[in-house]
Amino acid sequence: MQIETVFAGFGGQGVMLAGRVLAEVGMKLGKEVVWLPSYGPEMRGGTANCVVIIADEPIASPIIAHPRDTVVMNRPSLEKFCPAQKPGGYAIVNSSLINIRPDRDDIRVVEVPANEVAIEAGSGKAANMVMLGAYVGVTGIVPVEAVIEQIKEEFQAKAKLIPLNITCVERGYDIGRAAAGYCV
Amino acid sequence: MAKILMKGNEAIAESAVRAGGLLYFGYPITPQSEIAEYLAHRMPEVGGVFLQIESEVAVANVLYGAAGAGARVWTSSSSPGISLMMEAVSYIAAAELPCVIVNIVRCGPGLGGILPSQGDYFQAVKGGGHGDYRCLVLAPCSVQEAVDLMPLAFDRADRYRNPVIVIGDGMIGQMMEPVEFTEQQFPPLPPKDWATTGCQGRKPNVINSLYLDPVEEEKLNFKLAAKYEQMKKNEVRYEKFRTDRELECLLVAYGTTARVCKTAIQRLDDEGIPTGLLRPITLFPFPEEAIYELSQRARFLLSVEMSTGQMVEDVRLAVGRSKPVYFYGRAGGMVPSPEEVVDAVKRYLAGGDR
Repeated sequence: MQIETVFAGFGGQGVMLAGRVLAEVGMKLGKEVVWLPSYGPEMRGGTANCVVIIADEPIASPIIAHPRDTVVMNRPSLEKFCPAQKPGGYAIVNSSLINIRPDRDDIRVVEVPANEVAIEAGSGKAANMVMLGAYVGVTGIVPVEAVIEQIKEEFQAKAKLIPLNITCVERGYDIGRAAAGYCV
Repeated sequence: MAKILMKGNEAIAESAVRAGGLLYFGYPITPQSEIAEYLAHRMPEVGGVFLQIESEVAVANVLYGAAGAGARVWTSSSSPGISLMMEAVSYIAAAELPCVIVNIVRCGPGLGGILPSQGDYFQAVKGGGHGDYRCLVLAPCSVQEAVDLMPLAFDRADRYRNPVIVIGDGMIGQMMEPVEFTEQQFPPLPPKDWATTGCQGRKPNVINSLYLDPVEEEKLNFKLAAKYEQMKKNEVRYEKFRTDRELECLLVAYGTTARVCKTAIQRLDDEGIPTGLLRPITLFPFPEEAIYELSQRARFLLSVEMSTGQMVEDVRLAVGRSKPVYFYGRAGGMVPSPEEVVDAVKRYLAGGDR
């Protein structure tokens, strides 16, 4: 079994970090993982994406033309990656910034107002964690407890950010769980 | 030790430190600048030296000097930076000094772009600098393999007194994968009694590459040639994948491209087209014997590269005219997908595009 997930958005939205947290969790669960970033010359504002692969067997090609799932935080990312998804995959769409839906009826779409949820929790900068939580909630790809443990480790050096990020993962997770009922 | 998730560049840097590569000189360039970034904080922790110098030309000459003084030295760069180092690498090869050079290849020619490529195969394998020399060239296909090959690179550089190049495409540098650092054991190395370490009480050692007497120069040339023959005998490394059967096609690919080929082979299996892969781990010496042997159980060979066709020349030399050898490549920072490789195999199987 192998699941490929694209995390995509503007540079600065934290898609690289969200993907890395998932990859770390996958590794600690004993899975094979790859985290592959798109790398460009921009620091912020350009498009950013990474692919996370979690598998039971050693991962052959790290190059994924057709990911199963997408977590898209802005409209250009939705337009670029959702058309390439495998049928039956999940698309987690940041409805705070995206006012369209993927034009497909063979993937399962979950809309998450990630920015609003994160702002309510304390900072819009943690919208990436809402998206990650929602993705974990919908798919059950890894246990949410493991994600929370990883957040504690990830933000060790900036401990005051830990509660905010955990809250965002949890609220996203609840949205994902609720959506899992109707979208599966 | 538990596995840790690391970016290829950082993992290469850490592995080099653990292998005793405590003198690093460099100049930043994408997509390998994380090596320098990592070492800038890591070297002081282990009593090593991280030094950013004014250019790659200078870096390679500092490498030359420090290697001559007997230190375990290394550098890293990406394609345009490696080109700038080539003059000094030729001198280092001539003076028979050990050093390790990591090239995280980006697309070219010229400044090109920052995306992955395998366009530096010729430069790494066929010389690169002037004169009649070779480097031992190691080509990892994963972050773990890059970690495992670094200690070998340092050992072989010392053992052969020759530059060793570790070549990875941009993806090997940028990708994160779980890695484990294990200590590798090598037989003891001969003392560096040729190094310029101060000559009180002994005759001075001279590091030199100028031989105006043709008799002397030719002697050096054949001495180097004998060394490269030893490498061919002892250092060939490769991986075989799904080759224990009669094959329609034998793929030959290295680095990340080889992993793309493995996925393609799984899909071709699903369609009943048995295909295998030979993945060179050393590009020089090239696994020509193994390729020739495996070619005999395949109808044709396909060299898959992120270039417009470089390694394919060595594959053709290895099999001669005994089997057709075809090529599929992407360039400019484009990476072949498994689907494209599947299509290329089927196209040649059907007799198209010849």
